[in-house]
Amino acid sequence: MELKSSAKTALYIILFLLAALWLFPVLWIVISSFKTNNDLYSFPPRFWPQPFTFEHFTDAFEKGNFGRYFMNSAIVTVSSTILLLLINSMAGFALAKYKFKGDALLLVGFVSTLMIPLEVIMIPIFKVLSFLGMFNSLLALIIPPAATPTGVFLLRQYLLTVPDELLEAARMDGASEWRIYSRIILPISKPILAVLAIFSFMWRWDDFLWPLIGISDPSLYTIQLALSNFIGEFNVDWGSLLAMSVITMIPVLVVFIIFQRQFVSGMVTSGMK
Amino acid sequence: MSAQASAAKSVKRRSPNQSMGWIPYLFVLPNLLIFTTFIVIPTIIGFIYSFHEYDGLNPMEFVGFDNYKEIFTNGEFWTALGKTAMYAVIVVPLIYCISLAIAMMLIQPLRFKGLFRSVFYWPTMISYIIVGLTWKWIFGDFGILNYMMTLFGSSPVHFLSDSFFANVSVIIATVWSRLGFYMVIFMAGLQAIPTDFYEAARLDGASKPRVFWSITLPLIKPTTVLVVMLSLIEAFKAYPLLFALTGGGPGKETTYIVQYIYETGFAKQELGMASAMSVVLFLLISIFTALQFRLSKGGAD
Repeated sequence: MELKSSAKTALYIILFLLAALWLFPVLWIVISSFKTNNDLYSFPPRFWPQPFTFEHFTDAFEKGNFGRYFMNSAIVTVSSTILLLLINSMAGFALAKYKFKGDALLLVGFVSTLMIPLEVIMIPIFKVLSFLGMFNSLLALIIPPAATPTGVFLLRQYLLTVPDELLEAARMDGASEWRIYSRIILPISKPILAVLAIFSFMWRWDDFLWPLIGISDPSLYTIQLALSNFIGEFNVDWGSLLAMSVITMIPVLVVFIIFQRQFVSGMVTSGMK
Repeated sequence: MSAQASAAKSVKRRSPNQSMGWIPYLFVLPNLLIFTTFIVIPTIIGFIYSFHEYDGLNPMEFVGFDNYKEIFTNGEFWTALGKTAMYAVIVVPLIYCISLAIAMMLIQPLRFKGLFRSVFYWPTMISYIIVGLTWKWIFGDFGILNYMMTLFGSSPVHFLSDSFFANVSVIIATVWSRLGFYMVIFMAGLQAIPTDFYEAARLDGASKPRVFWSITLPLIKPTTVLVVMLSLIEAFKAYPLLFALTGGGPGKETTYIVQYIYETGFAKQELGMASAMSVVLFLLISIFTALQFRLSKGGAD
C-alpha cells in the first residue's frame, strides 16, 4: 500500500517519538552510570554527567566482587549452551530419524513440559537439587535448564527435512549411528543450532529463577542474582548498581548486533520465537 | 537375518524412519534423564506435598485436602491472585494494541525500518532484573520522571510507594520490555496476509479503518490468539521484574501470585501449602492453555 506523503511524515514522527521513548530508559541508565554520587542524587537531575567518572565501574569490580559474578554467569552461560546444543540435537535427531517404541509419546512428553511453569515447581526442584547434592553448585544452573523442550522440538522439525537417503548412504558405507550424528547431522543443523545458541545465551545470561532456586552461597552468585540481592539492601548503592547493569547488558548487546538480521528478520519470516 | 538383508529391506521400505533397537533411546537419554529429574519428578513431588503439612525439616504430615480447603479461605492468596488478574487484564490488551499498531507501521515501506525494529526489539533481550532496576531508577523519588512532572507544574509523585502508581509503574515496565517480542509475532502474521485482499479492497474504495476491521483483523486471528495467550500466561507468571522494581510493595500492593507462592514456600517454610497453591496456579494456566487450543482451532478455520 502506498502512503500519501503527509501520512508518511506523520508516521515518521510517531515512530521517531516512540523509538525515542523506547531508547530513553537504557540511555538514561548508561548516562547515569558515569555520574559521581553527588551528581546522581542531585535534584533536579542533570542530563549530562558533570564531571564524567568511571569510579562506579572500577568500584563494582574492586569492592563489589562483580568480576566473580561475571565469571560465574559466563561459565554457566557457555557450558549450559554447549550442553543444550549437544543433547537437544541428539534427541531431535532420534525423534526425527528413527522409529522406536514410544517415540510419539516422548515427543508429546517433551513438548508438554512447556506447560509446566518452573515457577510452580520451584520448591520441589529445590528439594531435588539438594537431594542430588547439586544445591549451591553451578551445575544446578548448567544441567537442568539445558534440556529445553523448545530446542528438542525445533531440532526435530528441522531434521525432518533432511533426506533419509543421505543417512542410508552413510550406513551402506558402514558408518556407525554416532558417526552419522556427528559427521552428518551436526554439520547440517548449523543454522538451527546457531539460532538455538543465541536463545540459550540470552536465556541463561538473563536467568533469575534457576540461580534463585539453586544458589545461596554469595560466591556462586550469577550477575542477575547479585543485582537482585543488591536491590534488596536497605541502602541501595545506585552508582555500582547502574554500572553493573550497564556491563551486564554489553554481552547481550554484542550478540544482538552480530545476529541482528537473523534475529528480527528471521523471526518475522518464520513467525517463531 | 543378515545385515545385508536388513539393509536391503529398509531401502526397499523407503520408510522415513529407521528401527535401530536401543540406539535411538541412547540419543534421547540425556534429555529424558534431565527432564525426568528436574521437571517430571518435581511435579509429582509438588503434587504429593500439596496434601501434606511440611516445613522442609520435620517429617511430613498427611492432611488430605486441608491445604486446598485453607486456600479457599485464604484472603491473601485471593488478593494476590486478583491483583495478578487485574494486572493481566490491563497488560494484555495494552501489549496487544501497541505492538499491533507498531507492527502495522513497521511493515510499511519506510526508511530506517530495520533500525526501528531493533529499537523496539532490543528491550526484550534485557533481563527482567535490569528492566526492573532501570525503571526503578526512572520512577524513584529523585528520578527523572518526577523531575519532568515538576517541570509541567505537577507535584512529585511517589511512584513506587503509592499503591496505585506502583501498579502503573509495573505495567509500564512490562509493556516496555515485552512489546518488541509481540511486535515481531504480529509482523509475521501481518506479512502473511496476501496483498490481493488489500488490492481488492482498494478497488472497491474501502476506507482504511474499514480495511483494518474487515480484512486485517479477521485474517490475523490466529496471531491474535497466540499473542493473547502467550502474554496472558506470561502475566500470570510475572515475578522477577516485579521483584526488582517494587519488591512486591508498597505493603503487598504489587505482590502477585508467583511471589506470594515463593514467599509462602521459602520465607514461611510452608512447603505443603505453597505446593497446593502451585497446583491451583498450574490448573489455572492449564485452563488458559486449553482455551488457547480451542480458540486457535477456531482461528485456523
